[in-house]
This record gives sequence, structure tokens and C-alpha cells, in this order.
Amino acid sequence: MILTPAERLRVRLTVNGEPVERELEARRSLADLLREDLGLTGTHVGCEHGVCGACTVLVDGRSARSCLLLAVQMEGASVTTIEGLTPADGLSPLQEAFRACHAMQCGFCTPGMIVASTELLAATPEPDEAVIREALAGNLCMCTGYVNIVRAVARAAARPADPGSPA
Amino acid sequence: MKPAPFRYARPATAAEAVALLASTPGETKLLAGGQSLVPLLNMRLVRPAVLVDLNGARELGRIDAAPRGGLVLGALVRHADLAAAPLVRERAPLLAEAARHVGHAAIRNRGTLGGSLAHADPAAELPAALLALDATLGLLGPRGMRRVAAADFFRGLLATALADDELLAEVTVPAPPRGWGFGEIARRPGDFALAGVAASLDAEGHARVVGFGVADRPVRLRAAEALAAAGPVDEAMPARAGRAAAADCAPAGDVHASAAYRRHLATVLTEDALRAAAGRLRA
Repeated sequence: MILTPAERLRVRLTVNGEPVERELEARRSLADLLREDLGLTGTHVGCEHGVCGACTVLVDGRSARSCLLLAVQMEGASVTTIEGLTPADGLSPLQEAFRACHAMQCGFCTPGMIVASTELLAATPEPDEAVIREALAGNLCMCTGYVNIVRAVARAAARPADPGSPA
Repeated sequence: MKPAPFRYARPATAAEAVALLASTPGETKLLAGGQSLVPLLNMRLVRPAVLVDLNGARELGRIDAAPRGGLVLGALVRHADLAAAPLVRERAPLLAEAARHVGHAAIRNRGTLGGSLAHADPAAELPAALLALDATLGLLGPRGMRRVAAADFFRGLLATALADDELLAEVTVPAPPRGWGFGEIARRPGDFALAGVAASLDAEGHARVVGFGVADRPVRLRAAEALAAAGPVDEAMPARAGRAAAADCAPAGDVHASAAYRRHLATVLTEDALRAAAGRLRA
């Protein structure tokens, strides 16, 4: 048992497959570790109290709000951000479907939408519209562009095997 | 929107967490899933000197069978696991169904059973489900574990029987009757319910009907329970009992729904839950 003062704690985790080691304050959020310390600004911070879903990442394969996690809690965890879901070259099938369906307007909610959709499709490869809507209910799009987002997820689900094909 | 500084500890056992609580009286908060606490920290509505992270205490994640068809659940069981675990679905399907309604997917992946109970939001699903299931909560303190019935645990808005030096460690759920029903009305899937009902029912019509979001804590809708038991468990029973559901509700009205609308929802949801429960009894 360690009761540490407010200074700095060491945390070691994996982010997008790369080992990361940092010393930071206990109060630092995972979102701030990703954005401020690691420069992974694809994870967007909207509300900072777990309402908007923009900062959603995968922690050990499961979606989580990175604004509601302390970075020090991630000791030994594997974190995947939108950068980690993006191929070195081109777009993932889900990203391609978002592009093809014009499933973004300002783009602020898009990383969270993609991360949440990734988890959905991993567990439910053929979701119907109601299932998609429920899975994305925790992600707000302030442009209200939900129709195209739902359409994009359905499109990606229907075409998982041809990531390279044009839209 | 950043928390004020705090000291942080991650004990490896529940007993160590209790020792930490005892050594820092009144200035410590326990962190489980963080889905309610961390927003409060971020907004600085809560400013603990010490944050004790329970996530290192693996023993608190247990999902075990108890004798005679019951369950023992650790406080750190996540909502997503509660909803999916075969043992929970088999032995307490009402609880699994309630867990499915908690928050959004990302919240269910982190939020915990114990956190939901200790936070005691009056519109939360799991407190109501456990009251309907007549569960017992194990509170671990410096003098050991004390057992408190769910009916005695919830004391009001965000208020519970937990003392400052106690940790909610586990929940014991007795084998429930075969009949159960659960329903809630929320503006979006995953939002807190405007109102909800959890019900269990046996073949003699003995029901536990619990409303949530309709008072300052989950409440037994006793008038509805009495009417459920007043006649045969037949087609007419759910409507008969539902009509009385509002009698035990004391909802607040707010921007989301008026008090009168919440009372109305309680009657409709009670009828629906008891109809589902009766259907499961017949199945």
C-alpha cells in the first residue's frame, strides 16, 4: 500500500501498442495524458464530466470516457485512441464509411463516435438501426448529424471485408 | 474542470482500504468506477484530501454462487459484467436486466455495483433492483463486516447507512421468485430514468414492487404490492395493482418531468412490470 503525496506518480501503460512511462500528478486525467503529454490530440475533450462522449477511448478493448479516468489508474493497461484505430495508410472501413456517408460536420464528436462504433461492431457485427442508436446514445453530436452517423456505422457493418474499395 | 490536488492510494485489499479510511477520517473518498465521483471531482463539488482507489482490490470483483440459489457479488463488479455474466442472468435476471439500463456502454464498462449503491442516486436502477430482490449489503469497517438489508441502506437523496469508516464490500442476493419485471422511461437510452419500476413476484401473488425516480430513494410501492396479493395472479392483476402504484410515490417535479407525470409513469410501469412478472411465472 502506498499513500503518496500530491507530487508525482509513475505510471506505465501501453498506448496504441507503444509502451509509455510518465510521472504525473494523481489528478491528471487519462484524456490530458493523451492530449497534453503524448500529443495524441485525436481524443477530443468536450464536457470533461462524462456526458458528451467525445473523449471515448478503448481501455483493454472496452470503451471508456478518458475524462473520467485518472492516468495513474492506467498502470498496466492497454489504451487505444482514434490514432490507434487509424491505419498507417488510408482509412479503416469504419472511417471510410464515415467519409462516404458524410457522417461528420464539424468533426468534434467523430473520434468518440468511431471508438464507440468500433466496440459495437466488435461485439455485434450486424447491428440494426436501433442497436446502433443505443450504442451511440452516449455520444453527443452538437451538429445533430446523427442520421448520417448511424448510416455510416450500418454501412461499415455491411461491408467489413473490403476496406480498400472506393465508397 | 480539473480536480483539486489529492493524495492517492491504491490498496491491494479491501482490508487495506478500510485501514486507510480509518487513518484519514472524514477527508477520504473511495474511487470505484468513478462514473459519478470523477465528474464531482472535476467540477470540484467534492474535494477529498485522499482518494483511495479500490480497483487494485481484486477480491471486490467476485461474482459467486451462494447456497440455495443465491449470489454474492463484489462491490467492484462492473455494470457490463453484471448484465452479461451467465451466473447473474441465471440466478438474478432482474439484476442483469437492470444493469443493462445503467448509463451508456462506456459508463457500464467502468461503473460498478458498489459505486451505484453507495452513491444512492434516487433514479438509479441497481438500488431499486436490489431492494426488489431483498438483497443484503456487506459493509466492511474497522470492526469487521456488518450486514444491512437493502431496505435499511438507502436513507434519502444520495444518503446511505454507510459510515465514514466503512466500505461497501459485497452484496448478497437470495434466490428470487421466478416472476420478475423491470421497466423505465428515460428521454434517451442511457439517461437517468424519469421513473422506473423493478418487481419480483411469486405464484401466490407476493410481490415486491419498487419504484425509482419517484421519491428521494428507491421505495416499495406497498399499496400496489397489497393489491397484487389481494386476488389471483391472473390477467387482471397487473392493472389492479398498477392503479395503486402512485400512492407510495413522492416524486419531485423538475425540468425533465412534472411530479404528476412521474406518478403516472409509476402506475403504467408497475402494470407493465407485473404483467411481465406474471408471464414469466406462467412460462
